[in-house]
Amino acid sequence: MKATSVDPQEHSGGAGHALWLRLCHWAIAGAVITLAYSGVVILMAHPRLYWGDVGNDLTHAWIELPLGRNYHHGGWAPPLAFFADPAGPVSRVRTYDIFNQNGWARSLHFLTGWGLVATAAVYGLAGLATRRLGAIVPRAGELAPRRLWADVKAHLVLPMPQAPGGPPYGVLQKAAYFLVIFVGLPIMVLTGLSMSPAVGAAWPILPAAFGGSQSARSIHFLVLCALTLFFVAHLAMVVLSGFRSQMRAMTLGRSGAGNSGVGK
Amino acid sequence: MSRGRDMDDNLSLGPVTLPRRALIGGIAAMGGLMVSGCSGDPPTYGSLLRMGDNLTWRAQRLLLPRRGLVREYEHADISSILAIGTTDPGNAKEPAFDPDHGEDYARLRAGGFADWKLLVEGAVARPGAYSLADLKALPQRTQITKHTCEEGWSAIAEWTGTPLRALLEHAGVKPSARFLNFYPYDGVVDGIDMIDALHPQTILAYGMNGRDLPVAHGAPVRARVETQLGYKSMKYLRRIVVTETFVDPGKAGMIQSGWSWYAGI
Repeated sequence: MKATSVDPQEHSGGAGHALWLRLCHWAIAGAVITLAYSGVVILMAHPRLYWGDVGNDLTHAWIELPLGRNYHHGGWAPPLAFFADPAGPVSRVRTYDIFNQNGWARSLHFLTGWGLVATAAVYGLAGLATRRLGAIVPRAGELAPRRLWADVKAHLVLPMPQAPGGPPYGVLQKAAYFLVIFVGLPIMVLTGLSMSPAVGAAWPILPAAFGGSQSARSIHFLVLCALTLFFVAHLAMVVLSGFRSQMRAMTLGRSGAGNSGVGK
Repeated sequence: MSRGRDMDDNLSLGPVTLPRRALIGGIAAMGGLMVSGCSGDPPTYGSLLRMGDNLTWRAQRLLLPRRGLVREYEHADISSILAIGTTDPGNAKEPAFDPDHGEDYARLRAGGFADWKLLVEGAVARPGAYSLADLKALPQRTQITKHTCEEGWSAIAEWTGTPLRALLEHAGVKPSARFLNFYPYDGVVDGIDMIDALHPQTILAYGMNGRDLPVAHGAPVRARVETQLGYKSMKYLRRIVVTETFVDPGKAGMIQSGWSWYAGI
C-alpha cells in the first residue's frame, strides 16, 4: 500500500499480486472472519476468562465480558463443600438456562481452523518458492528508530498518497503483515490446540507453554483483539490509499498503476 | 504430577488389539475424502459440520500419540466445580428426564443404589450385570484430573473408579470391537471409540473427592473420559453396549441433536 522505504532489490512498484497470493489472501480473510464470528459465539457461552490451568463460575476470573445473557448470570443452588474446610472446593448445581450455541459454533470453528491451516501451508510453501515472503520481512536498516518514526509520521498526513497495490511495502506495513502472519495467527492456532484435552494428553508442553489451558484461552482472546485492530487498520489503509486500485490488485492481480482508476 | 496410585499404568494389551482402520482412514480423510467419508464412520447426514468433526477425529487419531496421559494434579489443586446438565435423573422436571428409566433411578437412589447394576452387552464374550460391589472388586484407579467443559470452563477433581479397560477385559471384549455407547438413566446417549475406551485414564468413577459420587455429578457411576470434553464423561450409567460398527442412538445422541460426537478438541 505505502511505498516509503523502498528497497531497490525488491519488486518494482505496482506489480500487483500473483494468483496464488490472491487466492490465499481471500481464503485466509474468509477463514479469519468465520473464526472470529464462531469464536465470539463460543465465548458467549462462558464470557469469563482466567489465568492458569482451570477456571469456572466458582473461581476467580480476571475479566467477565458483557456478551449476551450469560454475563453475571444467577441461578445457583446452595454450595456443597467437598471437604471439612468450608472455604475449600465446593460443588454448585446450575439452575440457569444459559445461552449455548456451541453445537454448531465449535464445529464450524474447527472446520474453519482446518481450512486456515491448509491455506497457510499453501501460502507458506508458495511464498518460499517464489521468494515473495521476503516482501513482508522488515530489513535491519528499516527498523532503525529514525526510519520507523518517519513512517509513523507519513501515516498521519491526509490525504494519504495513493499506492498501486502490492510490494514494495513501507516498514510499518511490513511489520504489521509480519506480526499477523508469523506471530498472531500461529499463536491463535497453538493456543487453540492448547485448549484441546486430547492434544493436552498427547503434547502436554503445549498448554504448559502458555501457562495452562485457561491462560491459553485468555491469550486466544487477547490475540483476537489484536487481530481485530489489525483488520480495522488494514481496511482503513486500503480505503485511504486508493480503494479501487487496491481491490483491483488483490482480485484481478494487476494494479494498473499507469491507468489506475484512482481519482477518475 | 502424581500418577494413578492404585493400579499399574502399564496394562498389558491383553486380548485387545487397537484398530488400525482409524489410522488408514485418517490418511484418506486428510487426503480430501471428507465428503464421501469412510464406511463405519459416525454418520454426517450431509452436514458439512459433522464432516469436519469426523476430519478432526481422524486427524487426531492419525497425528496424536495414543498412549499420552492427561496431566494428573495434586490434592491441593482440587477446585470448585459446577454440576450442569442433568443433575437428578429421578426428577421428572429435568429437561432430559427419561420416562422409561427415571422412576427406576429414583427407586434405586432411595435404596442407596444397592440394587443398581451396570449391564455390559454387545461385542463381548461374557455379557453381564455388574453391581457396585462387582465393580469395586475389579482393579481400582484414583486420578486427580481436569474436567474441560465445552462451554469454556474447567475444574479439577479427584475421581476413583474402575478402569473401563479392566471391565471390558473382564467381560471378554472382542478384538473386532470398535465403538462403545453409554446408556444412562437420563435421556441422553453417547459413546466413544475403542481407543478412548481402552485409554488407561478412562474410568467408571464411583468416587469423587474421597466420597461416594454425588447425585448431581452422576451417582452411582459415571464415565471419566479424560481425553475428551466433559459431555463425553456420561453420568448415571445404566448400560454399556460394545459394537463393531458405529451405532447412532438417534435423537437421544449427539449427532442428531447437532453436536460433535468426537470431542477431543
